[in-house]
This record gives sequence, structure tokens and C-alpha cells, in this order.
Amino acid sequence: MSISILKQGDYLIATVQTAMADADLLELREELAVKGGETRARGVVIDVAAIDVMDSFTIRTLLEISQVSKLRGADVVIAGVQPDVAVSMVQLGLTLRGVHTALDLDAGIALLESPAQATS
Amino acid sequence: MSAKVRVPISSDYDIVAARQRGRSLAAELGFTGSDLTIIATAISEVARNIVAYAHSGEVLLGLARENGRRGMIIVARDEGPGIPDIDLALQDGFSTGASLGLGLPGARRLMDEFEIESTIGRGTTVTMRKWIS
Repeated sequence: MSISILKQGDYLIATVQTAMADADLLELREELAVKGGETRARGVVIDVAAIDVMDSFTIRTLLEISQVSKLRGADVVIAGVQPDVAVSMVQLGLTLRGVHTALDLDAGIALLESPAQATS
Repeated sequence: MSAKVRVPISSDYDIVAARQRGRSLAAELGFTGSDLTIIATAISEVARNIVAYAHSGEVLLGLARENGRRGMIIVARDEGPGIPDIDLALQDGFSTGASLGLGLPGARRLMDEFEIESTIGRGTTVTMRKWIS
């Protein structure tokens, strides 16, 4: 699988390393649901900087991951959406509404640490 | 169309292959910047539609020319069950499968031209074009 999940303090950092097929995304969803509980993570950052295309399936799966994690007590931040990918998502009509986003991994962790973090 | 690239589609890994081949052909044809990602995303949606509803089919990619302008043509075709109501399939949020129902309408928004031909029991062909601006 083209994803690594690391624990850093109270958070899990999931880094996508290459273009992902649907099966990889579903595996990420399952892994995060299990590991989130095992590690008692309070937050998850998914670094998507390496994703070249976010189509409706990718976005739906990221929304599901966010909702599942939220129900398990961990906030999710999607970090590193590339500029061209963001333009394409907006034209497609999908914008990760209700999900925290950050410019990159560092900003994502900072957002989780921020006490003033917006709730969604 | 003069097809430059043919990508057989039968699994989700082929969806990735189709959009990667599409992106490189688009660059070769002269598209730049976010247009490359937009084309790759539209290919991903129509290829996914093949996997989800027809299980197998193909994506053809090539150069489009019309009145002195150049662009890219993408044809996604399958011999699947066909789409009973194309207008409905092009509405946001409509899906008979497990999806957001934004695939086909999303692909239409991403491209400059978009047509669907579908016959029940015979299959579906989606033809889309994007012109170099």
C-alpha cells in the first residue's frame, strides 16, 4: 500500500506516497479506524500533497474517514491539497465541506494543537 | 478521432493508469497548469463509471481539431447495461451505485464538451473534449 501511518504524540500522521487507487483509499479508511483506537489518537493529519487527482471517490472516502474519526473522538485535518488539485475539485463541484484543511503537514498539526480549533 | 492511446479498463488500478496516460498526453498536446489535473480528474470519473457499472471497457485518448483550434478528445466506452435515464444520470447527487453521484455531472463541468450515448443492454459511450485556451 502506498500510505504510511505514523504516531506522533497524540496524533496520527497518514502520508500518501503515490497516486492512490480506490483499494488503497479504502485500506487507509480501515487502517485509520483501527489505529485511531489502538493509539488513542486525538487527531489525524492526512497529508495528501502527493495526490495528483482528487476525484469524487477520493473526496467521498476522505469525508468518510473524517466522519468515522470524529465519531471515534479524533479530529481529522486534510493537509497539502495541491493548487491544481484544488482548482479541479472546485470545478468538479466538491470541496471537502465540513473537513478541516491545512496548507501542509506542519500547519495541520498546528491546527490540531490549537485550542481555538473550529468545530465542524 | 485518431486515437493515440487506448487504455483497457477493468479495475480501479486501470482508472489510475488511464488518468496518468491522459495527463501525459494532455501535456504532449500543449495543455498546461491546472488543465492537466482537470483533464486527469475527468478521465478518472468516466473510467470509474465503467468499473462501477459495466465492469470493463476502454478509454481512448487523442488529439481533437476543429476550426483551427486544438484540444484533446476522450472517449470512454463500455458494453455494459446502459444508462436508462441520461438526464437523471447527469443530475448532481443521483447515483444508483455507491458514490456521491457527482461523477458524470462533475466530468461534464470539467470539460468543454460532453456527450453521452447509451443503449440499454448494449452499452455506453461518453465523449468529451477540452480545447487549449
